[in-house]
Amino acid sequence: MKLTAHVLSVAAKLISGASVRWLNCDPENYQRIYFANHTSHLDALVLWASLPRHIRTLTRPVAARDYWEKTRLRRHIASQLNVVLIDRKDIKVHKSPVKFMVDAMGDTHSLIVFPEGRRNTGEEMIAFKSGLYHLARKRPDLELVPVYMDNLNRVLPRGEFLPVPLLSCITIGPPIWLENDEKKMDFLERAREAVQRLKEM
Amino acid sequence: MVGYFPMLAATPLLDDVRTQWLVGILLLLLVTASLLGRLISGQADGTVNVAQVRTFRHRVRTWWMMMSILVASFILGPIGAVVLFFFVSFWALREFITMTPTRGGDHRTLFWVFFAFTPLQYVLIGMNEYSLFSIVIPVYASLFIPARIAISGDEKRFLERSAKIHVGLLICVYALSYTPAILQLDLETRVDGEPWKGSTAGLLAFFVLITQAGDVLQYGWGKLVGRRIIAPKVNANRSWEGLIGGICSTSLLGSLLWWVTPFQVWEAALMSMIVAIMGFAGGMTMSAIKRDRGVQDYGTLVRGHLGVLDRIDSLCFAAPVFYHLTRLFFATTTS
Repeated sequence: MKLTAHVLSVAAKLISGASVRWLNCDPENYQRIYFANHTSHLDALVLWASLPRHIRTLTRPVAARDYWEKTRLRRHIASQLNVVLIDRKDIKVHKSPVKFMVDAMGDTHSLIVFPEGRRNTGEEMIAFKSGLYHLARKRPDLELVPVYMDNLNRVLPRGEFLPVPLLSCITIGPPIWLENDEKKMDFLERAREAVQRLKEM
Repeated sequence: MVGYFPMLAATPLLDDVRTQWLVGILLLLLVTASLLGRLISGQADGTVNVAQVRTFRHRVRTWWMMMSILVASFILGPIGAVVLFFFVSFWALREFITMTPTRGGDHRTLFWVFFAFTPLQYVLIGMNEYSLFSIVIPVYASLFIPARIAISGDEKRFLERSAKIHVGLLICVYALSYTPAILQLDLETRVDGEPWKGSTAGLLAFFVLITQAGDVLQYGWGKLVGRRIIAPKVNANRSWEGLIGGICSTSLLGSLLWWVTPFQVWEAALMSMIVAIMGFAGGMTMSAIKRDRGVQDYGTLVRGHLGVLDRIDSLCFAAPVFYHLTRLFFATTTS
């Protein structure tokens, strides 16, 4: 593993004090899409660092290009974490983000996505964007694994750059799949509930 | 360097024979308790209360950890003790603030609390600057915290938020930091005014032992004869019978261990009594905070974590009182 990536994952675990729970889901090497609620800049890094090492090396977070290419440091971190960078502004038919993600996965990698699309400051999760649905349509074989990240918004809230080392909890739940002829909105709502439900467990 | 940190020049702490005896006795007790725990949990199903055995074994594990921290700090010297207790404080504060709801506007205040006041307190303890470490959090942090929150511009439940953060800092950092400070006391006996020959390491071990014994004895007496619950809504286990039985037996235990302290027998008994009362106060206070937040233990707050705060509440409340009384009555008077 790359050095910066290793240092980053140790630092992320120390600062976020994350305890990881796998509920009805095992850390396996299957190709998966981990989808989580999004409240902090640390989300992708902490979730990625929470995965066992042999899975982590095969898992790529998906993130916004405009944010991660802004400074040299961010670019360096993004390349170390093998981040899949997606254009949020400049979406065209011939370079659709979903196709880009599917290509980035190949037949070995898993992805970490945040279907809320942006960091959410409220208590309740906002509606999911449709990317997850299109991904599931293109690759019905993938396990879609819901993840709830608790308390990270207090470790590093929106607009802050210095973290406060509270304790957080990452809950990884049982996978879901896209049902045959399930409608887009139904599926997205079901996926959102799958994440929300982990909060109470 | 040594000039600023007098502790760096201190002699190894385990030289004192009486301290070695006490540490030896404690180790023996711990080994016995561990074996007992293993023996009981090996019993056939149904003959023992599984939850109680688990609690017991968890407690024994925490004692091993405390013991390791104590022995490590005796070996590393007082600076080692300060560093180790800094980490304990830091972790306890993490648990406390995690459990306490704060708002986005508190973020920068919390950053100062974690990364400025907490280290500063322990640096001052390390430098043995009594006139500073005794006031920096009660006075200056209590002025800083509300002001910093006010500047952040969020007025909702302002006093409540300031109080929560300050109480966390007081209990987890300020109060606990008096424990390693015991190591730096220059003490004399009150009988003839001679400098005390023993080691402050022994006194620290005595103090930790008495707080833990106080907890256990109050629990034990409560289980045996407890009827009148003191405050059922706050803690359903703590009864007047448990409290009184616990205080009496803790004093007895303390008086039996007078030889490791600069105290006479009756002074050791009185000190142990005060420690037991403060430990009780700490337990009740933390229970009230937990019940208010609707959590059972700090350990279950974020699953998989240890729950340091559950185990050190009595220590936190007793440490400043024990330190101050010892300093007031037994410190070598320097002009």
